[in-house]
Amino acid sequence: MPPAAPPAELPLLALAVGARARIAEPPPGSPIPRRLADLGFVPGTELCVVRRAPFGDPIELELRGYRLCLRAAQLESLRVVTRPEVAA
Amino acid sequence: MSAALELAERGAHERPVHVALVGAPNAGKTTLFNALTGSSAKVGNYPGVTVERRAGTLRNAARAVRVLDLPGTYSVVGETPDEQIVEKALTGRLAGEPELDGIVAVLDATTLRRGLGLFRELAKTGRPLALVLTMIDEVRARGGKLEPAKLSTLLGVPVLGVVGHRGVGMDPLFRILQAPERWSRVAALPAADDAVARFQWVDEVCRKAGAEDLEPDTRTDKIDRVLLHPLLGVAVFGLVMLCLFQSIFSWAVPAMNAIDGSFGELARASRAVLPAGWLTDLWTDGVLAGVGAVLVFLPQIAILFTFIHVLQDVGYMARAAFVVDRVMGWVGLQGRSFVPLLSCYACAVPGIMAARTIQSPRERLATILVAPFMTCSARLPVYTLLIAAFVPHTTLFGVVGVQGLVLFGLYGLGAATALASAALLGSTLLRGKPSVFYMELPPYRWPTARILARQVWHSARAFLKRAGTIILATSIVLWGLLSFPRAAPDPARTPAETARANLEASAAARIGHALEPAIAPLGFDWKIGVGLVASLAAREVIVATLAQTYAVASKDDFAGLRDALRADVNPATGKPEFGLPAALALCVFFVFALQCTSTMAVMARETGTWRWPALAFGYMLALAWTASFVTYQVASRV
Repeated sequence: MPPAAPPAELPLLALAVGARARIAEPPPGSPIPRRLADLGFVPGTELCVVRRAPFGDPIELELRGYRLCLRAAQLESLRVVTRPEVAA
Repeated sequence: MSAALELAERGAHERPVHVALVGAPNAGKTTLFNALTGSSAKVGNYPGVTVERRAGTLRNAARAVRVLDLPGTYSVVGETPDEQIVEKALTGRLAGEPELDGIVAVLDATTLRRGLGLFRELAKTGRPLALVLTMIDEVRARGGKLEPAKLSTLLGVPVLGVVGHRGVGMDPLFRILQAPERWSRVAALPAADDAVARFQWVDEVCRKAGAEDLEPDTRTDKIDRVLLHPLLGVAVFGLVMLCLFQSIFSWAVPAMNAIDGSFGELARASRAVLPAGWLTDLWTDGVLAGVGAVLVFLPQIAILFTFIHVLQDVGYMARAAFVVDRVMGWVGLQGRSFVPLLSCYACAVPGIMAARTIQSPRERLATILVAPFMTCSARLPVYTLLIAAFVPHTTLFGVVGVQGLVLFGLYGLGAATALASAALLGSTLLRGKPSVFYMELPPYRWPTARILARQVWHSARAFLKRAGTIILATSIVLWGLLSFPRAAPDPARTPAETARANLEASAAARIGHALEPAIAPLGFDWKIGVGLVASLAAREVIVATLAQTYAVASKDDFAGLRDALRADVNPATGKPEFGLPAALALCVFFVFALQCTSTMAVMARETGTWRWPALAFGYMLALAWTASFVTYQVASRV
């Protein structure tokens, strides 16, 4: 097994384009907004930042096998856990 | 006896069965609805095309089944107007709709790991459920192993895979829809109810049914790498829009000439056959001239709508919204405002209705209020006539036509004013926090010729209906105003002089003269004044009015009108009545003024008050007058 980076929690918006991560448990008292939850943004869900729009916003994400665009302002509260990369 | 025959036997004396289609935006619900009911409802590869609920009767059915097509939704809790309609329909509280006998969940088979979350919510209603998986062909193309039968066993409801626009899998669906009492109510669901538990259940079902994530859609990826590229994406967006406007001018010309020629021919033939008199005048100068002058623009409208529908069906519309969302955000709108506003290029009436898909009431109202600035197809006849008559038919650098460029500028001016007004509204009347924006980017798909043709025909027919009703009525009323009272007969005058004398004695001339002091600073004479008043019914009416005003002294066709406008000489001064500065000022007036009673009526309906359309009419008129004044004064000095 190659050495794996330890999982790290960071804001979703800090994720680089092309990076994959899992949605982190929200801190107690500030649950994930219902609208995002209806779209499948629940803790443990894997997602990937596909691209940013030409003018920087919105952001296209891939999760649950589909692609969705959201504005950065709406994603501010979300935190993710980076998946330790497994080398081939 | 077969099951179908048995149903047919019972169908004769049973009350109709009511079922509703529920699904996420862009799940293919409307295509399915059209296939089921044969209705030509609007279809688009863009989230949020269904803005109102529509109902139809199931085709070729032994039993009366009424199918209700509900707006696309991700949730059954009503926050937006669309979601509220869905919530009310599901709970039987939608005015004028009976209790549902069954709910058909329509899910995009390629996005099941999100879509089943909605299915789980629908199951909570306790009504009989069936599940239709659309775009099942794409699952197979992308290496999916999803088995509808297996999913049916897991969920305990009928599950069918279909390809709506090709009619694949439709026969079993027709059968199932006729017997909702046989559908199950999905009793065996876990009790846990929060989103985490819901999606855990979804993931488990998907794993068992073989509905794992599909292979990436490499074609869409490749295209997106170009069309959403930071630089190329913006360039393509601009290019697509520029192409659209250039094509209206170049491709439509042969068809326009043909229509133009036939109406001229028809008027000449009528005059040869019918006895001379005011009834014949009414037919040739009122009916034929009025309708013909509007019909001649049908080819352009067909091309424009073909463009818009192709972009929607291919999936580029959503990309365009993605590209421009930031720009829309700057003025307090969102990417979703783009489609209603772009629809306004066709007509502000459907555009304003499409604004229902905008979630926040604040952004929705802002979109509605600025929508009339977008250049609707009714302005196109006015622009075309004036540009053809007064803008030189030359090219810049040998490729870009100056006429096309002026048209592009007028469209751009309208769009820029819409955005500026939105920003102004957002910081004054409609202050508040911007709301949630989300949108799917659908895979690129080939448009279906049949569906495309139906959409274009639908739009063209809507335009023709307006030409045939409002415009014809206005045309006849105006013919009356323009023809009576007549000048005293004077045998010394030539026929052309008599015609002109009759016109100047008419009621219309008096209205035009009364308006002249207000519009003279814009370079308009009384004839334009008559047209402006008439255009309050609908903008394009001004073309019919001018055709009639000038037909009195000249020919009946578009070329004749164009030449008559150019050649109109003031008898007192011997100078042309109308030149490039006044033509540009009139175009600019049409960019800004809210001369459309239908738009105002739909604004009032959508906002629930006449206050907003009254406000819009006032500020748009003030802006129109000021901008035309500046245009005329500047242009006549350059």
